Amino acid sequence: MIDATGRPQSVLVLGGSSEIAQAIVDLLVAARCRTVVLAGRPGPRLDEAVDRARAAGAQTVESVPFDATAVDGHVAFADSVFDRFGDIDLVIVAAGVLSHQPDDEEDPVLVADVLATNFTGPASAMLAVCRRLRRQGHGKFVVLSSVAGDRARRANFIYGSSKSGLDAFAQGLSSSLVGSGVGVLIVRPGFVVGRMTEGMTPAPFATTPDAVAKAVVRAIGSQALVIYVPPVLRWVFAAMRQLPEALWRRMPA
Amino acid sequence: MPPDRLTASIGRAGGRGLAPPASAAGRRSVLTGWGRTAPSAADVLHAIHPDVVTAAMSVAGERNGPGRRGLIARGLGRSYGDAAQNAGGSVLDATWLDGVHQVDLERGLATVGAGISFETLMARFIPLGWFVPVTPGTRQITVGGAVAADVHGKNHHVDGSFCSHVREIDLMCPTGPVTVSAESDRDLFWATAGGMGLTGVITGATVQMIPIESSYMLVDTERVPDLDSVMDAMRSGDAAYRYSVAWIDCQTTGRHLGRSVLTRGDHARLEDLPDRLRTPQARARSFMPRTIAGIPIAAPGGLLNPVTVGLFNEFWFRKAPAKETGRPHTLAGFFHPLDIVTDWNRLYGPRGFLQYQFVVPDAEGETVRTIIERLAEVKVASFLAVLKRFGPSDPGPLSFPIPGWTLALDLPVGYPDLDRLLDGLDELVIGAGGRVYLAKDSRLSRSAFRAMYPRVDEFLELRARVDPEGLLRSDLGRRLGLCDDPPPAARTGQERPRGRPAKTAGVNKATGARKAAGVNKATGAKKAAGATKATGKKAPRSGTAGGSGAPKSEARPPDPGGPTSRDRRRP
Repeated sequence: MIDATGRPQSVLVLGGSSEIAQAIVDLLVAARCRTVVLAGRPGPRLDEAVDRARAAGAQTVESVPFDATAVDGHVAFADSVFDRFGDIDLVIVAAGVLSHQPDDEEDPVLVADVLATNFTGPASAMLAVCRRLRRQGHGKFVVLSSVAGDRARRANFIYGSSKSGLDAFAQGLSSSLVGSGVGVLIVRPGFVVGRMTEGMTPAPFATTPDAVAKAVVRAIGSQALVIYVPPVLRWVFAAMRQLPEALWRRMPA
Repeated sequence: MPPDRLTASIGRAGGRGLAPPASAAGRRSVLTGWGRTAPSAADVLHAIHPDVVTAAMSVAGERNGPGRRGLIARGLGRSYGDAAQNAGGSVLDATWLDGVHQVDLERGLATVGAGISFETLMARFIPLGWFVPVTPGTRQITVGGAVAADVHGKNHHVDGSFCSHVREIDLMCPTGPVTVSAESDRDLFWATAGGMGLTGVITGATVQMIPIESSYMLVDTERVPDLDSVMDAMRSGDAAYRYSVAWIDCQTTGRHLGRSVLTRGDHARLEDLPDRLRTPQARARSFMPRTIAGIPIAAPGGLLNPVTVGLFNEFWFRKAPAKETGRPHTLAGFFHPLDIVTDWNRLYGPRGFLQYQFVVPDAEGETVRTIIERLAEVKVASFLAVLKRFGPSDPGPLSFPIPGWTLALDLPVGYPDLDRLLDGLDELVIGAGGRVYLAKDSRLSRSAFRAMYPRVDEFLELRARVDPEGLLRSDLGRRLGLCDDPPPAARTGQERPRGRPAKTAGVNKATGARKAAGVNKATGAKKAAGATKATGKKAPRSGTAGGSGAPKSEARPPDPGGPTSRDRRRP
């Protein structure tokens, strides 16, 4: 159960090797979360994430193979996780890739891949998980979106549109979940300095996985639907959305 | 309470494929405790008669495997936390069991339904010269809830807690109905007292009321400049009063740390009252509590912040007379000052609040000081902190009282790092050999709970006796490890035929955990495939949309633009 101060006892991460998700899990485990299920592509990165959660002190840490793009298996995946671990209080949707846009623009198949990993796959997995959350009558999704989805930018509109789709999907899902005891928290970080953005020049208001994790953990118990990290980005992007297109497309990469 | 205003419904449980008879299914509603935190959804059904409780219990017994999430009774929802919630399961609204069944006016014995409120009891019995033996700070609670939480009042140091005045409890256990008294089955009686509804659904009780001559209290009030003085005054003087309570300002520091208003009194005899209150007798025993205001549902957060609470605390302290003796107060004014504002919990805004109430043994009074110091340090706005003295404990394994000091603090949940602050207080309380009150709790950890309630295993043993299959379940129980959902079986419950013998649950429990992974994968996939075949026409892509196996009402809402609606548009 998520307690009154917003602390869950069990967490499922879709995209278990995500850096932000790992930072969130660290904080949750420190706040007495006992069961951590890390779903992701099997490999050294996922194993590292498992080790890290164990080191943080969680009682049960398991990795479960999960492929966001293999939508056919999502229902069976969700059922197996819930049947095996019981109630899941928090589901972190962290699967995603940040691609090199110039390459993608050359190859339509790559675009479809990005969308499948960032949007359609997670959306399908969320619905599969959602069936079980509705049945258990409580729980919360944390959806890692991005400010890149607030307005598609010339330099990364493929990633941006995938996050935009996921974000809109999560908003609608949240509305549909009213009355079910299940909640949704959408997280829109700015530029996050980390593995995903290695080699890129940080944008203004850049943040870190730890800062995102802190903001998320603080918001789990609240009724907020959308949070920005850092919070000032809410106002920055409110303004950005109003910029005339001619100006917006000239924004530096 | 009929599904309250927090409630939203998403349709009948019958439509969700759980397949109990519609009459026993209830309505899925989101519930919270009085603190309005940690919402969860359950099928709320109106227990208009104990037979409904029996029916609900047999339905819960049939729902084996993962679909089985048990039931819990709910009264007026005044527990601050998650005690009367049961996510995904059933919640029995017991406020319908509100009858007065038997009255012995000679001896003051009242046999009543568990759902009757203290307010109703007072309205009916005060004019006859009888009062509830114990009342907490609100009369908007039910007798059943009072038993389940073994509530205490300002008279604990003299009269003990509520259940020591309860002669019999009508209890619907999963193993069958029993009327239990402390003599007939001591263990069950005292486990039910304070058992938070996890030993059975309480359907009625026989309560020994206390005689009163009037509906007034004679009250001594004094302002006390600091914590030491108030604790001294209570230690030395409480024995002379039946009722005693100190309101403490938790914001002042330094010399005035813990300045207080101490109010103590007893029921007024007729001869104590001035003429205008004494005659006619109907006036002397009138009980007409008033509410002066209500808080709207959309009250914004942050109304109770350090500034407003500071102002209130200042006002409350100065409003109190420096010293006053023998002043008549109404019962409602003395016992239930907050009840004059309905829905006052909404003042804390959408994020809600929690109450931290702990007790420490008499010798550990310093812990009270340390805790008040910590709160004053971080300037968290605690509105109405209340200090009382406890008498002896009850024999129950989950009994809260310990002879000593109890302090209750209302705290807004939005306060940053409140969780860590309270974890720190837990440690202090455990270190002092104390505990926190489950009826108020919404955030205790399992380990802290076990340290505070070392006799929890006794309670679990008793539960195994009266509820071997673990049908009685609540969110509080899940959080604290009092009633874990059995490791679900390999199959999901929805396609399962109804009325499966209860024994399979045990089998599942044993094998479920070990086998689950492998078995699930196999059957899960099979199930998905099969279900897709069934719904194949509607969902051209198998496995998407959460549609496989899920009943329509569940699959549809999250998928507004999905295959289903596309299908519908097709002529």
